[in-house]
Amino acid sequence: MKRNVKIRIAYISTYVLFLFVSFILGYNPGKEIAFNFVSFLIYMLKILPCAFILIGLFEVWVKKEVIEKHLGEESGIRGYIWVILLAGTIAGGLLVAFPIAYSLYNKGAKLSIVFTYIGAAAICRVPMTLYEASFMGVKFTAIRLLISLPLVIVTSILLGNYLSKRNYKMVEGK
Amino acid sequence: MYYTYAITGLVLIISFIINKQKTLKAGKIAVVKFKKIFPTFITMLILVSIILFLFPDEVISNYLGNSSKFISVLLASFIGSITLMPGFVAFPLSGILLTKGVPYMVLSAFTTTLMMVGIITFPLEKEYFGVKVTVIRNTISFFIALIIAVITGILFGEIL
Repeated sequence: MKRNVKIRIAYISTYVLFLFVSFILGYNPGKEIAFNFVSFLIYMLKILPCAFILIGLFEVWVKKEVIEKHLGEESGIRGYIWVILLAGTIAGGLLVAFPIAYSLYNKGAKLSIVFTYIGAAAICRVPMTLYEASFMGVKFTAIRLLISLPLVIVTSILLGNYLSKRNYKMVEGK
Repeated sequence: MYYTYAITGLVLIISFIINKQKTLKAGKIAVVKFKKIFPTFITMLILVSIILFLFPDEVISNYLGNSSKFISVLLASFIGSITLMPGFVAFPLSGILLTKGVPYMVLSAFTTTLMMVGIITFPLEKEYFGVKVTVIRNTISFFIALIIAVITGILFGEIL
C-alpha cells in the first residue's frame, strides 16, 4: 500500500472516530462538524453526478481536432470567448471546473485557455451572477465582472506561457 | 441547479438515441473518473466541515464589520480564501452585511476570494495541476481579488 493511501486512511479514521465519540459523549462541536460534513456531502452529490456524466459524454463525442482548432495553440482571441461562454453556463464552481478543465486539456486545449476556464468558472457563471446582482446590486456585479475577466485572461496567458516553456504537463491523479 | 439536471438529462437522451454504445462508454468514463477522485473529495469535505465549524456566519460578520476598512479587506480576503461556501449562502450573507454597513469593497474581497481562491480545495486541485501550479494559481487569484476590491472601493467612493 502506498504511503499516501495509508496517511489518508489514518486521517479519515481519526475523523470518523472523533465524530463517533462526540455522538456518544454528546460533544456539541463534534455534532456540528458532522452536520457540516453531511450537508456539504449532499450538496456535492447533487452537483457531481451531472458534471461527470457531461464529462463522459464530452470525452466520447467531442473530437480532439475540434477542441484543438477552437481552443488549442492556433486559436486566437475567439478561443477565450468560447471558453468563457462555456464556463458561464456550467454550474458547480471550482469543484466541477477542475475535472472539466482536465478533460479540455486532454482534448488539446492550450494551458492559457484551461486557466481562463477555471477563472471564469469561478467568477462568471450566469445563474450565480444574476443571483449575486439581486443581492449586491448591478453596479457591484458589473464592476467585478468587467475587472476580473481581463485580469483572469491576462494572468492565464502569462501562466500558460510560463508553464509551456517549462514543458509542464497536466496529469490526472498524480 | 435544476437546469443542470434538465440539460444533462436531455443531452444524455439525445446521445442515447444517436448511439447506444458511445453513451454507455461515456457512462463508464464518468464512473471511472468519479471513483478516482472521490477519496480526494472526502478528504476535502472533512476539511470543509471543520473550517465551517471554526468560522460560522456570526464570526465572519463580526470580523468584517469591525476595524478599519483596509484591515477588513485583508481579513475578508483571508476568510474568503480559507472557507468554502456555496454562492446561495454567500450572497445572501453579503447582502445582510451590506445593510449592516459593511463597505462594498470588503464584500467584494470576501466574495471574490470565496469563489476564486480555494485553500480548502487544494487537495483536489493538486490532483489535477500539481502542487506548484495550484499554489501559483491561487496566489494570482488572491491578488486579482484584492485589485477588484480596491477598484470597487474607488468606484463606490469608499476610498479616495
